[in-house]
Amino acid sequence: MTLPPAPAASFLPERSPAPLNWRRRWLRRAMIAIVLLYAGGLIVAPLLGLVLGALADGLGPMLATFQNPQVQKAFGLTLRISLLVVVIQAIFGTLVAWMLVRDDFRGKRFINGLIDLPFAVSPVVVGYMLLLLFGRQGLFAPVLEAMNIRVAFAVPGMVLATLFVTLPFMIRELVPILKAFGVQQEQAAATLGANGWTTFWRITLPALRWGFIYGVTLTLARALGEFGAVLVIGGGIQGRTETATLYIYRALDERQYVGAYSAGLALGVFSMLLVLGTEFLRQREEKKA
Amino acid sequence: MAQLQAKPLPNAIPTSQRRPWGRWSVRAAALSYLALMLIIPLLVIFQDGLSQGLRGLWEAVSQPVAWAALTLTLRTSAIMVLINTIMGTLTAYVLVRYEFPGKSLLNALVDLPLAIPTLVTGVMLVILYGPQQPLGGWLERELGWRIIFAPPGIVLALLFVTFPFVVRAVQPVLLSLDRTLEDAAATLGAGPWTIFRRVTLPPLILPLTSGALLSFARAVGEFGSIIIVAGNIPLRTQTAAVYVWGEVESENRFGASAVSVALLAIAFTLILVVDLIQSRRESAQSYSQKEGA
Repeated sequence: MTLPPAPAASFLPERSPAPLNWRRRWLRRAMIAIVLLYAGGLIVAPLLGLVLGALADGLGPMLATFQNPQVQKAFGLTLRISLLVVVIQAIFGTLVAWMLVRDDFRGKRFINGLIDLPFAVSPVVVGYMLLLLFGRQGLFAPVLEAMNIRVAFAVPGMVLATLFVTLPFMIRELVPILKAFGVQQEQAAATLGANGWTTFWRITLPALRWGFIYGVTLTLARALGEFGAVLVIGGGIQGRTETATLYIYRALDERQYVGAYSAGLALGVFSMLLVLGTEFLRQREEKKA
Repeated sequence: MAQLQAKPLPNAIPTSQRRPWGRWSVRAAALSYLALMLIIPLLVIFQDGLSQGLRGLWEAVSQPVAWAALTLTLRTSAIMVLINTIMGTLTAYVLVRYEFPGKSLLNALVDLPLAIPTLVTGVMLVILYGPQQPLGGWLERELGWRIIFAPPGIVLALLFVTFPFVVRAVQPVLLSLDRTLEDAAATLGAGPWTIFRRVTLPPLILPLTSGALLSFARAVGEFGSIIIVAGNIPLRTQTAAVYVWGEVESENRFGASAVSVALLAIAFTLILVVDLIQSRRESAQSYSQKEGA
């Protein structure tokens, strides 16, 4: 497919006339400048704005935000929900990915397409769907009442909502790796007498390592920042179902701007470190290879 | 699995004769998870939205406030896709082809919107462009541009949230392109624009389309950033997702379900098309690999 590039590269620069080169250079500079301006204006400038907004009254008020028990409680709830979601998603994501790669049955293609859907469903609609199922007049309301379980306007509903919106991430990271890995090593292990569980635990799982790392990162970043779905199903009850994002929303409403900006900054920086850290790990791994 | 240990060699390769209990139980577990998490919630909302027939659904959706919200959503998303397609392609091109200071920083910046909660995105934009802020105030006084609590703010928020999609869809394909074709076009006298349009662009069309559609799908449902940036002014800055939220809050069940069904139908269609494009690309790739072998 690929042609040897050497000859073209060696005679081209001599042949191309000088004025064209000059124009190309300016075209190149202009393109780089446009892209840097665009990314700077769209992403860096708002980011700097947030940092300045959080520091508007100095470092003290910003740090005081995190001593506020409401804020601590909200961040704690966000962290608890996110960690639980990551664990569930890792287990069931592995099962679903394994089914999509290794299993075959009628309707698999349809299932495969369906998995990307949460990516495009509005978070508000997600929360509303769960409300239709678990709300006061919801489909499961009689059962839940009989068993005395609260899902809507409580933490379980928020976990379900976060599970829905993060569903594709783990699966989409694991499927290509599982596909590329193939079955040869597993077959070799089976030939050597390993049973199914040992083969999975010692051969398949380690091979999926990077898929898990990426999947956990993306799931966690999305779960930490989820707002619309947990707002609708959780109701944002202060001290009970208020997550970090819901606190930010309420603080803005109550015009506690420094608190809102500081909490937003903390949440954003945490997720950014998570994503950039994973990227850093991957680059180091690539250099080793 | 016990049988496998008893007769290691002949049974090492998964057989079709033995009953694959392991595989069936994984299938059952995976499918029940998906049914519980995805299919039942989706069915319930469709059932609720269609409970008054297609005509009732249409009446609820075409009611002025709902219609204005839906068209505003589609309009702002379409403008976003247009800008994002052009700037995303340019960003990917610059990242793949050129060396310049700050390149790795720019590359890292592309993924950043995925990490930032969309609510925080909205907050950031209000801090920068809000009418009481220096820059936002200046833009409004001097140029008459209102950004926050107006459609431009919505477009800006959508551009921020969907920035990675087109770039990350185009980048790997651009990286794998054979550059000798462009050199050949140059020796034959084609200018840079002609080379881009006739040689570089054609193989990028499919990934570009799938990236653009994904960003559109993501934008249509966006809520967190928009509720902050656009406020909630019916007929003016209320998008479809915000409208659904308002209907849920005011316990207008059917209004919420009808617009939800409309949003879900858009999401379904877009995801289906993206899926088709991707499977077409995959089969084209495996074909060319076979050709090469």
